[in-house]
Amino acid sequence: MTRQMTGAKMVIEALKEQGVDTVFGYPGGAVLPIYDEIFQQNEIRHILVRHEQGAVHAAEGYARSTGKPGVVLVTSGPGATNAVTGLVDALMDSIPLVVLTGQVPTFMIGSDAFQEADTVGITRPCTKMNWLVKDTDKLSGTIHEAFHIATEGRPGPVLVDLPKDVQFATGTYTSKPQVKSHYQPRVKGDTAMIEALVEAMEQAERPIFYTGGGVINSGPKASQLLRELVEATGFPITSTLMGLGSYPASGDKWLGMLGMHGLYEANLAMHDCDLMINIGARFDDRITGRIADFSPGSRKAHIDIDPSSINKVIHADFPIIGDVAHVLEDMLRIWKARGRKTQSEALTKWWEQIDQWRAVKCLRYTNSETVIKPQYALERLEALTKGRDRYIATEVGQHQMWAAQFLGFEDPNRWMTSGGLGTMGYGVPASIGVQIAHPEALVINVAGEGSWLMNMQEMGTAVQYRAPVKQFILNNERLGMVRQWQELLHGERYSHSWSEALPDFVKLAEAFGCKGILCTDPADLDDAIMEMLEYDGPVIFDCVVEKHENCFPMIPSGKAHNEMLLGEAETQGVIQEGGAVLV
Amino acid sequence: MSPLNIEKGSTSHSAYDLRSHMSDEVETHTLAVLVQNEAGVLARVIGLFSGRGYNIESLTVAEVDREGHRSRITIVTSGTPQVIQQIRMQLERMVPVHEVSDLTVEGPFVSRELALIKVVSKGEHRVEALRIAEIFRANVVDSTLESFVFEITGTPEKVDAFCELMRPLGDVRLARTGVAAIARGL
Repeated sequence: MTRQMTGAKMVIEALKEQGVDTVFGYPGGAVLPIYDEIFQQNEIRHILVRHEQGAVHAAEGYARSTGKPGVVLVTSGPGATNAVTGLVDALMDSIPLVVLTGQVPTFMIGSDAFQEADTVGITRPCTKMNWLVKDTDKLSGTIHEAFHIATEGRPGPVLVDLPKDVQFATGTYTSKPQVKSHYQPRVKGDTAMIEALVEAMEQAERPIFYTGGGVINSGPKASQLLRELVEATGFPITSTLMGLGSYPASGDKWLGMLGMHGLYEANLAMHDCDLMINIGARFDDRITGRIADFSPGSRKAHIDIDPSSINKVIHADFPIIGDVAHVLEDMLRIWKARGRKTQSEALTKWWEQIDQWRAVKCLRYTNSETVIKPQYALERLEALTKGRDRYIATEVGQHQMWAAQFLGFEDPNRWMTSGGLGTMGYGVPASIGVQIAHPEALVINVAGEGSWLMNMQEMGTAVQYRAPVKQFILNNERLGMVRQWQELLHGERYSHSWSEALPDFVKLAEAFGCKGILCTDPADLDDAIMEMLEYDGPVIFDCVVEKHENCFPMIPSGKAHNEMLLGEAETQGVIQEGGAVLV
Repeated sequence: MSPLNIEKGSTSHSAYDLRSHMSDEVETHTLAVLVQNEAGVLARVIGLFSGRGYNIESLTVAEVDREGHRSRITIVTSGTPQVIQQIRMQLERMVPVHEVSDLTVEGPFVSRELALIKVVSKGEHRVEALRIAEIFRANVVDSTLESFVFEITGTPEKVDAFCELMRPLGDVRLARTGVAAIARGL
C-alpha cells in the first residue's frame, strides 16, 4: 500500500519510524511546513533552543549520553550556517546526528533568494554525508538513508536540505524497510590478524591498552567486553579524553587519561611499552606528541572501524578493521581458547615500574586556605557527587583538562566534551541535551567563564524546559589555557587573554530565572556545592578560583611522552621554536 | 623571545610531521574511482583533495553505467607512499564511492588522453606540421588556409612530445582531456 502525504508530514512520519522522541530546533521561514506538522502531533518533543549552534550541541549531548542519534531541525541560510560549528564538532568526535535544514523553494535556488545559502556546499566537508532533496517522492527514503549512514560504521553527522516547495508537495512515503543502502561497513575484524595480536599479547612483557571514543561509540557491550579483557589479562589500560568511562576509573588497572595533559604513569607506560593495543582511538596529535619519539620500542595494534584511521599517523603492526565490540569478542574468545596465556612474571615487573611512576603523584598541587584552587574545586565536586547518577559536560580549556584528571568516570556515555574540535561554548547546550534525555539525573557542566559565556543564551532553554542543569563555572577571569601558553611560550605577554567586564553571574542567573551561587572561600565550598546539588532547578555556580594556576602535567608541543612537565619549576625555556608553531 | 624562524614545510621535528619515518619518495599514481552519479559527488571528491592538501595532476570524469548511475573518475595524483595510501582510504570511506583501484599498484594498465591542438601557421611550417602529425598518427579534424586542428590520442608523454614539436611551427592552442585509464588483461 502506498501512502501519499506532504513532504512536511513525511519528515515527521520518518522521524517517528526511526524512533525519534526529541528534536532540537529553531523555526524559520523555510521550515514552517514542518513546524506546522510538529504542532499537530504529540509523539515527538521539540526543544526550542536559543541559537542553532546550541541545537546541534544539545543534540550531541543527547546522542552521547543515550547512544542514539541526535536530531536537529533548523531553517535555511543563517539557520544552517549557525549549525556548522556543531556539525564539524560532531564530525571530529564521531557523534551520530541527523540535521534537517530548510531551503528556499527549488525554483528559487541559485537566485540569491532571502535566507538562501548553499547549505549542501557549505556543509559537504562538515558532514559524513549530505543531501539536497529536490523531489518529495525521495524525501522519506533520504531521511531513512540519513539515519543509516549517521549511525553505521564510524558514526557522524549527516544533513538533509529540504526546499520549502518539496515540503508542501505531496508524494509517496517510503518506509524504512524499503530503503536498501549500499553503505554497509565491515564490523568483523580479520580473524588471522586478531589471532596474531593474541599471540603478541601472550608474549608481551610490557603491554598497554590505549582506548578511545570508538569503544563508547561501539555501545555498552564493547565497554563490558573491554572490562572483561582487562581483568582477564591484567594489562594496564589508559584512555583518551574521548574514551573516559569505558573502563571504570576505580578499576585497579586504570592508569588515567593519557596525552598532552594526561597522567605521568599513563604517558610513561605508553612510551616504554612493548605492545600497544589501540582500541578505537586515532593517534591524535594530543596523544602522540613528537611522532618520531612516540613509543619507540613497541609493536602497535590498531583496532578501528574506519580504515583511513589506520596508518594515517602511526604505522600499525597489527591493523584490524572492525567494530570494537565484534573485535573484542573475537580477541577474548581466541585468547581463552589458546589457554589464557600471559607473561605473568614480566607483567609483575611492569606493574612495579608503573607503581613507581604512580608514586610521583603527578596530579599533586599546592592547596590554599585563602583562595579556591580549581583542582580542589573539582576534587570536592567529585567527592560530593560520587556514586550519584551523574553526567558531566565540559567546555574547552584548562577546566576541561582538570575535569578529565580529577573526576572519575565509572561508566560509558557519562562524559560529554568537545575533544577533536575543541569547541568553546559546547558545554551549556550539551548539558541541556543530556538533561532532556535523562530528566532525573544529575547533569553538571564544568565550565570556564570564557567558554561559558559563548553559549549562555541556552540557559533560557534550560529554564523553559525545567532542565535542572548545574553550571559549575571555574571563574579565574582569564582564558586560562591561552594564558598558560602565553606564559610558557610567548614571554608572558598576555595578549587579550583575560576577561574584563564579566557579568555578575548570580544576577545573571536570577535574570534567567535560575539560581545563582557565588563562592570565593575554600571553607565555604562544600556547603555551596551541596546547595547547588540540592536545588531543584538550573543553577549557575560562580566558583571564583586562583587566577594563575597552570594545568599540569603537560607534554609541551613537539616533545615526547617522556619529556613531560610536572609543575611550574620545570617550565623554564622548554618550548622551543619547533614546538611553538604547533597548537 | 626570538621571532619564530620556521620555514614552511620544515616540520621534521613537529607533532604534525607524518612522513619522516616513512619513504620520502614522491610517486605518481593513477587511481580509478567508481562513484554513484549523483549531485555533488565530484565536488565531494575534489573537496577531499583540496581539504587535505593532496595533489591532483589530472582528473577526468564521465558516466560509465547509465542504468546503475555510476561514474568513473580517473585521478592522477602524486605523494609519498603513505599519502597515496591515505588518499585511497579517504576515498574509499566516502559514502557515494563504490570502489577505488590504484592502477599503478594493481598491475599493468593503459592510460590515454585526447588532445585537440590548433596550429596557426603559413607556408613551410604548415607542411612540417602535417608531416609531424603523420608520424604521431594525429588526425586533422579542421583546416583553414592558415590553421589546422589536430586530434591526437595517446599517453600524456606522447601528447607532450607532439605539442613541443608543434610550438616552433606557429601559434599553438591546446585542449586536453586528462587521463582515462584502465587495467590490462581480465
